Amino acid sequence: MTTLSADEKKQAYGVIGKNPLRHDGTDKVTGRAQYGADIRFPGMLYGAMLRSPHAHARILSIDTSKAEAYPGVKAVVTANDLPDVESKIAELGEGTINLRHQSNNVLAKDKVLYFGHAVAALAAINPHVAEEAIALIDVKYEILPPVLDVRKAMQADSAILLDDMRTDELGKKGDIPSNVAAHSQEQVGDIEKGFQDASVIVEREFFTSMVHQGYIEPQNATAHYNPDGQITIWCSTQGSFGVREQVAEILEIPVSKIRVIPMEIGGGFGGKVGVYLEPVVVLLSRKSGYRPVKMAMSRADVLAATGPTSGSYIKVKMGANEAGKITAVQAMLAYEAGAYPGSPVGGGMGVMFAPYRIENALVDGYDVLVNKPRTAAYRAPGGSNAAFASETVIDELCERLGMDPIEFRLLNGAQEGDRRVDGPVYGRIGFVETLEAAKNSPHYRAALEGPNRGRGVASGFWYNYGGRSSASASINSDGTVSLLTGSVDIGGTRTSLAMQLAESLGIPAESIRPSVADTDSVGYTEGTYGSRTTFATGWAAYEVGKALKEKLLERAALIWETESGTIQFENGAFSFDGKQMTFAELASQLNETGGPIVASAGVRPEQSAPTFATHIVDVEVDPETGKVDILRYTAVQDAGKAIYPDYVASQMQGGVAQGAGWALNEEYLYDDQGRLTNASLLDYRMPVTLDLPMIETIIVEVPNPGHPYGVRGVGEVPIVPPPAALANAIYNAIGVRMAILPMRPARIVAELNRQKG
Amino acid sequence: MMNRKVHVQAIINGEEVEFLCEPRQSLLEVLRETLGLTGTKEGCNNGNCGACNVILDGALVNSCLVLAVEVSGRAVTTIEGIATARGLHPLQEKFIAHAALQCGFCTPGFIVAAKALLDQNPNPSESEARQWLAGNLCRCTGYDRIVRAVMDAAQAQEKLL
Repeated sequence: MTTLSADEKKQAYGVIGKNPLRHDGTDKVTGRAQYGADIRFPGMLYGAMLRSPHAHARILSIDTSKAEAYPGVKAVVTANDLPDVESKIAELGEGTINLRHQSNNVLAKDKVLYFGHAVAALAAINPHVAEEAIALIDVKYEILPPVLDVRKAMQADSAILLDDMRTDELGKKGDIPSNVAAHSQEQVGDIEKGFQDASVIVEREFFTSMVHQGYIEPQNATAHYNPDGQITIWCSTQGSFGVREQVAEILEIPVSKIRVIPMEIGGGFGGKVGVYLEPVVVLLSRKSGYRPVKMAMSRADVLAATGPTSGSYIKVKMGANEAGKITAVQAMLAYEAGAYPGSPVGGGMGVMFAPYRIENALVDGYDVLVNKPRTAAYRAPGGSNAAFASETVIDELCERLGMDPIEFRLLNGAQEGDRRVDGPVYGRIGFVETLEAAKNSPHYRAALEGPNRGRGVASGFWYNYGGRSSASASINSDGTVSLLTGSVDIGGTRTSLAMQLAESLGIPAESIRPSVADTDSVGYTEGTYGSRTTFATGWAAYEVGKALKEKLLERAALIWETESGTIQFENGAFSFDGKQMTFAELASQLNETGGPIVASAGVRPEQSAPTFATHIVDVEVDPETGKVDILRYTAVQDAGKAIYPDYVASQMQGGVAQGAGWALNEEYLYDDQGRLTNASLLDYRMPVTLDLPMIETIIVEVPNPGHPYGVRGVGEVPIVPPPAALANAIYNAIGVRMAILPMRPARIVAELNRQKG
Repeated sequence: MMNRKVHVQAIINGEEVEFLCEPRQSLLEVLRETLGLTGTKEGCNNGNCGACNVILDGALVNSCLVLAVEVSGRAVTTIEGIATARGLHPLQEKFIAHAALQCGFCTPGFIVAAKALLDQNPNPSESEARQWLAGNLCRCTGYDRIVRAVMDAAQAQEKLL
């Protein structure tokens, strides 16, 4: 179901808004699609990685001699093979990273900072020999006390992870070592006055555990170092140009020496932006006498050493007056960054109150090091933790005020012209439209009956990123157009990009042949992250279409002996003075009219437009076991314009599923020594078919005035509301407020027992 | 003599195949590394994700949990053997039509698992389909479209029969 806002005139599109079959569908249902681990080269070696069994330790020595002597081993590397990269901040998809930290994360230098931290790697003739040999590397450690709790890590007497870390305290560097990498603050109005004006105040604490992106394809990378110094990398990444930059910086090689060929990618969700294996296989290839080297992570390594997003401690206080208007908000967020700074606490701070018009706010955020893997972006990074806290506090305010949760949100909902707590003033946004659609949805209008059943509502916000994208296209003589972009296709973007080019040319989506190009074949393109690909690369595709059209008009003018300005081009056909020529007819005459037509475009929209979501969920809780069954789920979201609606809906459904896993089951479990105890997909429990119902979607379209087709990003926001929506539903079902994620059965039973006394 | 290779003869996707493998090699590894059948995916290598599903003598198995030497004299169907000379299998067509994939990595496992389901239950209910497919992890779609595609493929197959 698609709801168009009344004030937006529906534009008649020929291609956009339809659901053509995706161009890579057949390859992906037949097993032909080539993912990173699928490639093989003659003489290829297989890599293996030695990882730290300790959460926090000093490396005293590494003896690789036995491994080097082992038959079949061709190269061994440690951090000593990496150049000493200086501290330098680089942009890294929805966050920044210090390249020295990135280098030390790829191979530990002096200290290991988490269980699973890479220490040494080797390449051998097959994966079994590699595994046997890796066990022969002898590392001597001095074990240090692990820092595992975010609040303890902030205390002055905590063990310190990075001796040179000084807190960035509201922009000023501290002078003593600390695990707090940064303290930031957002402030508006006067919270003291605001809380005085409140008739209801709710203040609560929340705790969430680290969770993993959970892509099904483990990280993998293959490299070939040519004797002439040219390097080729085949890998599973969200951003090929980002891999090229990171490898170049870490190995101190010019980017032009590196060609990154992005293979099909088996999921990323933010976790495949930073490099792990790529610099290592490059070193191994060089050291093994220029043989290609492939390395893939085991699932246990994926869980222990890549990805997760922050666990967090969050304290929220919100006040509202008798009419239900929010008068003041205050929050403190402390996010686990893992071993190196860079948690998404800033994202959380901004997301937390973004859906609402707020005059008085004070929000403090802390980026805190702990002996756990360096966190990576995960779908709306930092957002779900924050919204879990704020949106459950809002539910409690609604309860105390006797207000319907959607009415409360309508009353307080941000609109165009309102200022976000972190500064920006909203342009045209569609939050209220999502609330109206939720309110009028079949789900919200249906009564929910039965014992231990409850309904919850929560909303969410995401910024959406813009960024740099390129596209190139050439016209084929049969009337089709080949489209090259640098955007890795994780979820159908070949087609959502092809559709935008097709629309601008007035030809069917099927007439476009979209490909994902490598770093030598297309202009610079940022990764597929930040909900940016259909927005920014789609914009590049649109620009390419415009350029192709200009050139085609010139050719038609040549044929008809007129000026190109006198020719009409509509619905894929050229016309002039009663004469007509289809796109395909003109395409077949390119040779005679001047040769090939090729066009390229590079775009750099700084920012996309924000998006909002409102979710409704019904649950049934078994009070004996604490198990939560999701009975019905409806996700409402503003897509701006849904270019490829089935895949927009699928993003929404996937976000709900991940959010539900985060809410109910998923968590990193560490023992008191900081060893990850559930590093398997049996024990790290992601949702399966039985855990979810069908997920209803309502796409609202409030076009983004800053995009040719009105696109806002769609991928990230759907993961923001689920934990809060589920917590609110659980409360509605059994009367207990859950403040810890995940809300696993044992925790629910414990809360029920506590309530009974 | 751990690394002495064993000669194995098996029927893979309807054709007789011979290969040499080490006793420690899984069927998954041999399919991918020795036979080049890389449509079968490795997601966890310990039986928890279903990305490596194949059909072994009519039974759905995780090929990471089967040793290659165990398939001697037996019949294996991988994702590469699901389509026929006539074209895509209804499951494959419906996965595309229902947008039942995003990244596509879990898709071969799901299609093989669903094929095994439809082979023994040509008209599953939604709950039967969900029960059967609970051994396959998808992180992108939330399963909605996968379940719909499988149900719809069952209908399409009924019509063909």
